Amino acid sequence: MINRTKWLSVPGLVWLGIFFFIPLLLVTVLSFMERGTYGQVVYSFTLQNYVRFFDPLYVSILFDTLVVSVLTTLLSLMIGYPLAYYIARMDKKWQHTWLLAVMIPFWINFLVRSYAWVVILRTQGVVNTFLQSLGLITEPLPLLYNFGAVMLGMVYTLLPFMVLPIYVSLEQMDRRKLEAAYDLGATPLKAFWHVTLPLTRPGIVTGSILVFVSSIGMFVVPDVMGGAKSALIGNVIQNQFLSARDWPFGSALSIILMLLCIVLIFLYYRVIRVQEREGGVE
Amino acid sequence: MKTIIHLQNVEKQFADQVVIPPFSLEIIGGEFLTLLGPSGCGKTTLLRMIAGFEQPSSGEIFLDGKPIKDVPAYKRDMNLVFQHYALFPHMSVEDNILFGLKMKKVPSAEQKRRLDEVLTLTHLTELRKRKPAQLSGGQQQRVAIARAVINNPKVLLLDEPLGALDYQLRKNLQLELKNLQKNLGITFIYVTHDQEEAMSMSDRIAVMNRGVIEQLGTPQEIYLRPSSLFVAKFIGENNIFSQENSHLAVRPEKIKVYKKDANPELHQKTGEIVDVVFLGSLQKVFIRLDGSEETIVLAHENSEATHAWQAGERVGIGWALQDEVKLP
Repeated sequence: MINRTKWLSVPGLVWLGIFFFIPLLLVTVLSFMERGTYGQVVYSFTLQNYVRFFDPLYVSILFDTLVVSVLTTLLSLMIGYPLAYYIARMDKKWQHTWLLAVMIPFWINFLVRSYAWVVILRTQGVVNTFLQSLGLITEPLPLLYNFGAVMLGMVYTLLPFMVLPIYVSLEQMDRRKLEAAYDLGATPLKAFWHVTLPLTRPGIVTGSILVFVSSIGMFVVPDVMGGAKSALIGNVIQNQFLSARDWPFGSALSIILMLLCIVLIFLYYRVIRVQEREGGVE
Repeated sequence: MKTIIHLQNVEKQFADQVVIPPFSLEIIGGEFLTLLGPSGCGKTTLLRMIAGFEQPSSGEIFLDGKPIKDVPAYKRDMNLVFQHYALFPHMSVEDNILFGLKMKKVPSAEQKRRLDEVLTLTHLTELRKRKPAQLSGGQQQRVAIARAVINNPKVLLLDEPLGALDYQLRKNLQLELKNLQKNLGITFIYVTHDQEEAMSMSDRIAVMNRGVIEQLGTPQEIYLRPSSLFVAKFIGENNIFSQENSHLAVRPEKIKVYKKDANPELHQKTGEIVDVVFLGSLQKVFIRLDGSEETIVLAHENSEATHAWQAGERVGIGWALQDEVKLP
């Protein structure tokens, strides 16, 4: 059977080979090259690009990026879990409607959605004009181009990545296990904490990784909603390729970011697995 | 002989459909009561109402004299053993069993003592560190039982606990469960569709059909004196003879088969043997009665009987008057 079905993997492997592994190889090679005076790539080996990363400027941007990504993940989890729980508990026919509502934003171009937020939040935007016309404020509130706006945009964009996997794991959970917990004297809150939460952990893990990885490389949201002040590592990389024309340094930053993601996800899994092994109720 | 659970005019409706019409039932402390009936007869719904997972549409349930209809499941002093065990897959055997005591914040020394006791009782001591996925079906069932009895509930509810196990294992666990119930002195309310299981374990059986308790009695009463046609047909094998407005039931082991010419004064009916099935200690003789094409009578004959019955043989059948049960 395995021999006969392995051909099914060929299209996927070819696709990944051409559009993932080869570009990755190119980026890796580029990251060890030098930049010429006019922005061209000079093919001589150097580690300079990696050394340059340790400039406090870039390290602090990376640190900011990590803070934003971790916060985005936590906020998405805090908003996404209750939402997924609510959806999973309702009538089947309503579940489909709600899941559709969660996914509909995906159908509209990402850039358009980000600019829609600008229209809503800017100084003469919908929110400020409305509040002013009510006489609640005299000066427009600074709603855009700050840290809060970036967080709002990030969580808004990435929330479905959290909701969907958590919904799936809640949906698959055997409700009788919850009844068993009640039967053994667990209050609804304790039953949730000791049974529902651990049993939906796979959904939480998947959702968190999807949101975290997506937010760590995000450059559109901070660009459009964060303004010049809140550059994240994604913006720096984008700049190296498009504005600064320093492809080798951009490549090096990409590789560092990727390695960092791999290490963090690995550590995350380690922590999760240790918790699983300990299991039980304290 | 004290009533521990009293169901008073309890009724259950689902979406305006009456599933269980109003009925009352008293369950005696320390007894092994079985709710027996075909699937869909309402026995599991009845059990879930007692456990607190379903709310009766009307009526009241008393536990030890106190009304519990509005008490949530987690505050009721009884435990349920689920049909598919419902063990917590992320916890070890030990943690599964201790779950109830931890929820009730029982001191840890007491927890440990009771855990050891229950592990010994259910032969799980060696498996205490395993996860449910590493256990066989029978072992998982033991964990489910241990997890319930460690709480010393006043009543233990069991929802087809042996349904998913193979025949031999079920036989062994039936005995173990019966012994456990005797040793602990806890009231067992046991749901099953397997009449053999019900007969071999119960003090009393409530035979249910379409939401109604057709008969409540000891296994002997149910078997020997069925009170309705449904009970007579559902429990064991039976021969039903239709009369004008009523039915007559005679168990196969009470039917005597005679050679056509012998003892004609004892014949009540005559017929022809259509099939003989050898089952070791007994043989089943199927007889088509004269005058009706469909009526087949089943008689159990001792295999060591002097005469070997053959298909096609003309016979007479008879039974003693005290062995027939008149049914409405």
